Amino acid sequence: MAFINELALRCNGLHRYLGQDDARVHVLKGVSFAARRGEVYAIVGPSGCGKSTLLYLLGLLDRPDGGEIEINGQLMSTSDDAARTAARGEHIGFVFQFHFLMMEFSALDNVMMPMRKLGRLSQQEMVERAHSLLSSVGLGDKTHRLGTQLSGGEQQRVAVARALANQPSIILADEPTGNLDVKNSGLVFDLLTRLAKENGQAVILVTHNPEIAARCDFTRPMRDGLFA
Amino acid sequence: MSPNLRIALRFLTAKKRAMLMSLSCTVLGVGLFVLTQATTSGFEEFFIKTILGTDGAMRVEDKIQDTLRQMTAGGGSDFQISQRQGLKYIEGIEEPKLIINALKDFSNVSGAAPVLRGSVLVRADFKNESAQVFGIHLEDQLKVSDLGRQIVQGDVATFREQPAGALMGRVLADRLQLSTGSSFILEAQGQRLRYTVSAIYETGVADIDKMRVYVHMSEARSLLKKPSGVSFVQVNLFDKDRAPQNAMQMQEVLKHSARPWQEREKSWLSTFRALRISSAITVSVFTLIAGLAMFNTLAMIVLEKTKDIAILRSMGYERRDITQIFLWQAGIVLTIGALLGCIVGALSTLGVSHMPLPISGIFKTETFVVSWNGWHYVEAITTAALMVMIASLIPARRAARLEPGDIVRGTAQ
Repeated sequence: MAFINELALRCNGLHRYLGQDDARVHVLKGVSFAARRGEVYAIVGPSGCGKSTLLYLLGLLDRPDGGEIEINGQLMSTSDDAARTAARGEHIGFVFQFHFLMMEFSALDNVMMPMRKLGRLSQQEMVERAHSLLSSVGLGDKTHRLGTQLSGGEQQRVAVARALANQPSIILADEPTGNLDVKNSGLVFDLLTRLAKENGQAVILVTHNPEIAARCDFTRPMRDGLFA
Repeated sequence: MSPNLRIALRFLTAKKRAMLMSLSCTVLGVGLFVLTQATTSGFEEFFIKTILGTDGAMRVEDKIQDTLRQMTAGGGSDFQISQRQGLKYIEGIEEPKLIINALKDFSNVSGAAPVLRGSVLVRADFKNESAQVFGIHLEDQLKVSDLGRQIVQGDVATFREQPAGALMGRVLADRLQLSTGSSFILEAQGQRLRYTVSAIYETGVADIDKMRVYVHMSEARSLLKKPSGVSFVQVNLFDKDRAPQNAMQMQEVLKHSARPWQEREKSWLSTFRALRISSAITVSVFTLIAGLAMFNTLAMIVLEKTKDIAILRSMGYERRDITQIFLWQAGIVLTIGALLGCIVGALSTLGVSHMPLPISGIFKTETFVVSWNGWHYVEAITTAALMVMIASLIPARRAARLEPGDIVRGTAQ
């Protein structure tokens, strides 16, 4: 894979405050971090240490109060909303703890949703890719089921397939197995890491699960808004 | 199908009950708008048709007296000051043939008929009534009015053949208990002449039907002792809406006053216009309700779909995509609502047009009068579109402003 070990994401001195006035909290206190393609990173730490906040900043879902974020060498921390949105669509795939499927849509539609927006593939190609991704997560026979007709584990597998839809260079996963039983946790993690490695994607996941963290290439523990 | 439209359709079907409510309000708003405009315009148009059919599109009457005051400088100088001192009129038209010939040069004039008018006393066996006699040339009069079609008893041919025949308004005939073939006396200028009722007409305009007696021009001249000249020339036009412009030109060229029907019937026309505008405002409230219902529905969807909005934004959907998704929803409801509203409006207009409603006084009708005009539908759709789209913009923009990070954090915590 040509992109392996290429720097996909880098952040430097990230600061983030949450809340207002008396409730204002300094959540991230100058966090720096880098992720390479083909490698899986686990960010661990107690609740409230800033793991998820960091993930949303890296995923350009939120804006830092200070510091820099680069995606594939491009400075994104100061870019406008349109550029950040375009970068999310092209370079970043998200997997959230609560699956976040669009329940009125079928599994196939959910996986096709990012592809439709990016508009690189024809309708036929999108359908074929969505089928292929759903098959690779073991849901080839449930492509037309609505989100409401899938179990929690199945929904999360659809979310993994959806995150991979546009072949992003970075996969960000916020407690992807946090809402699943042990069997499904292992299944989803294996899927995520296998597919990401096959495609040369940097995977950064936030987890409380020490077993999952232990199976990642790198583990970065966080405490009080900084990497320990 | 665009991704945004596809998502909008799914969001819509997810909130069926709320959407049906918005749809119903839109249908009701558009339908009622069409119906009220059709009925108010219907009566207005019918009134215009009636007055054009009785008094024509225009009247050329009194001669304008030249009141221009001029001062010329002496000593061979060309210097001259002119000042118009307001118009004065000399009653009637002295040379009607010249005026009628001149009128024929106006391309919009379809007919011109001289009329000699005078006050008379109508004497019948039972009682007497004051009235106005209208001396006419029948063939000319038929070209500038609907008199032929307004006959309700007898016929015009009988009048044509009877030199001492008369066409009498229905109300007057009823008051005097006269019918076709009855004789009566017209008294004016100290002389009495006997006439026969050739036919009875009914315009539906009470002021006309109780006052006017049409006789042949030669008879009117004898009765009113006016051997020459006429009171006015009734003019009909191909394009009635150009009457004010034509009247100004005619007044300038003919040096006689010319009154278009819009000026003559100004008070009634203003009343109808006010009625139409007030009903449009009233009905706009229904479309406003449609807008509010749409606002409410979309605001609910925004609240319920914040998670979906965050997902879409995380996948690269822009703020304008989110706005579009919500505007699409409003657009779909609006399109279906407008279409159904137009159908409901047309069907209810059709139903109302068959409702019995006897009216006489300013016109005569037995049923509700409606107007079938495409512009009513355009106006109704435009009003509904404005209300619904403005109401939808607020939740749509609110949805677009949502920060995906805030939503995800809020849900995750």
